[in-house]
Amino acid sequence: MTTDILKVRNLKQYFPIKGGILGRKVNDVKAVDDISFEVKEGETLSIVGESGCGKSTTGRAILRLDEPTEGEVDFQGQDLLALSKKDMRRKRKDLQIIFQDPYASINPRQTVRQILSEAMEIQDVLPKDKREARIKELMKTVGLGEHQIDRFPHEFSGGQRQRIGIARALSVDPKMIICDESVSALDVSIQAQVLNLLKKLQRDYNLTYLFISHDLGVVRHISDRVLVMYLGKIVEIADKKSLFDNPKHPYTKTLLSAIPVPDPTKKKEQIVLKGDVPSPIDPPTGCRFHTRCPFATDKCVEEDPELRNNDSLMQDGHRAACHYIEEIESGEMKPNY
Amino acid sequence: MAETTVNVSTEEKKRVNPQMENFKNVWRKLRQNYLAMAGGILIVLFMIIAIIGPWITTGDPLAPNVADRLEGPSSQYWFGTDHHGRDIFTRIIHGMSITLYIGFLSVFVGMIFGVVFGIVSGYYGGRIDAVIMRTMDVLLAFPGILLALGIVAVLGGSINNVIIAISIFSIPVFARIVRGSTLSVRKLEYVDAVRALGASDFRIIFRHILPNIMSPIIVQATLRIATAVLTASGLSFLGLGAQPPTPEWGAMLAAGRNYMWEHPHIALFPGLAIVLVVLAFNLFGDGVRDALDPKLKS
Repeated sequence: MTTDILKVRNLKQYFPIKGGILGRKVNDVKAVDDISFEVKEGETLSIVGESGCGKSTTGRAILRLDEPTEGEVDFQGQDLLALSKKDMRRKRKDLQIIFQDPYASINPRQTVRQILSEAMEIQDVLPKDKREARIKELMKTVGLGEHQIDRFPHEFSGGQRQRIGIARALSVDPKMIICDESVSALDVSIQAQVLNLLKKLQRDYNLTYLFISHDLGVVRHISDRVLVMYLGKIVEIADKKSLFDNPKHPYTKTLLSAIPVPDPTKKKEQIVLKGDVPSPIDPPTGCRFHTRCPFATDKCVEEDPELRNNDSLMQDGHRAACHYIEEIESGEMKPNY
Repeated sequence: MAETTVNVSTEEKKRVNPQMENFKNVWRKLRQNYLAMAGGILIVLFMIIAIIGPWITTGDPLAPNVADRLEGPSSQYWFGTDHHGRDIFTRIIHGMSITLYIGFLSVFVGMIFGVVFGIVSGYYGGRIDAVIMRTMDVLLAFPGILLALGIVAVLGGSINNVIIAISIFSIPVFARIVRGSTLSVRKLEYVDAVRALGASDFRIIFRHILPNIMSPIIVQATLRIATAVLTASGLSFLGLGAQPPTPEWGAMLAAGRNYMWEHPHIALFPGLAIVLVVLAFNLFGDGVRDALDPKLKS
């Protein structure tokens, strides 16, 4: 039984909208609205969802890059949100992030040596005289050459820059890394390289990943478990196999049906949703997906479904937030396209 | 699984330091701008005059010579003499250092405070931002010279008080620019990355934000010196700055005003000196702005 390295409880991230002459708060963008989940030590949990569903916000909230509105982020038995600024700075050593855009996430004025040694200096890892050797070792680990140590970011390609970002995250010996769309900005061929590098590092250093992505192909490749978000809520969470083979939430099914199948002869039913994602400022009542769900009933409009498991239909640990898992499964309810 | 390594060419490319490269670019653009170069050369010339001028002029800028009062320009007195018979040329040379001293120091002090307020405001936001920026708005609401006038009126007239006054009225200009730049730089992903590493606010501000907002600060400082010189002269002209017999140009201008019709040279030369210095800094400042950030051009 592996332990939970990260427990997120009732996390809420609201961004106030100010308006009027006095700049008073008029409303909130409910980017993340009351989500709870766990990440087990050594696993890769992916968060998927379309743009604006709150997946990146979740990552940033856990790291306190934006201060969350409410909730608890229990990391290694400590509530990160309750830590003082100073303690949090120290704690960041164990919890790192790799960003999406390798062109924006490293300071163009610093060389690789400066970037990595600054990271070590901040967290005071290793005595000064041992840092250079460590930098070279890190560069080798992520697939960069030692001789590139004094180069500036503009001398590297996108994939190489992302490797610098990975080296920076690794330089402080973290336990867990949040990968925020870390391969989305890269070419497909480079994506595979970086993904394999991440997998290798996970094995070598026993890392835990929270992998945020909108690319289901990538998620399928790297994850152990997958969490699907829609409009700031978790709609389904399961191990990778259950989620891809046996999705229970209508939204997850829609998402999966969008994955292209590399077989032109195979006929495939693609579910196309009506309308757009509603605004997170005034999210729909009840189940947030009811405005677009082909199975929605009055109950969905009124009642917010809980994440739940059904023993006979789902694996252990597989939970979906839908009132009608059983009815849809048995064919009792027909989609209303 | 395939080992993930990147092929690297072993051949060393030409090493390029982006900061040096940037500096070279700015310098190249600046050199192509003749007006800016003219301004720059004049500024260097003025600084040389300010430093060595007092040693190469023979006369005493303060010594009256009643026999030679109100004489026009001649080979002996290049710019003529004033109502006390003092050599105006000598006085202007001596006044150069005062003018530049006030200009540089007041802008420097105003810049330091403005940058600190601006960065703190932009970086922390919220209530601190509101308090600082509203205070700056109040300061900005006064016409520059009026604010300086008020401050000098309270503190009393002297060169140091003029510097204090001009510093204070330079602060909001810098604070605003710096705040705006800070807001945009703060949102950059690499600032988040350094924050995620656990960097202190101090480190983020000075290592990562400040170097990125230097361009507008430098531009503003250069342009601001012209304003500072003008304001300082204005205050002295009004009798609130340097006191006679200090060879301050504004004060000299004021003294020459009484003899404007009969002996225009007394007011003319200090006036020309002010115009030249202000013009030089404006030309140079415009050039620096165009070279550093073409987007700022309005």
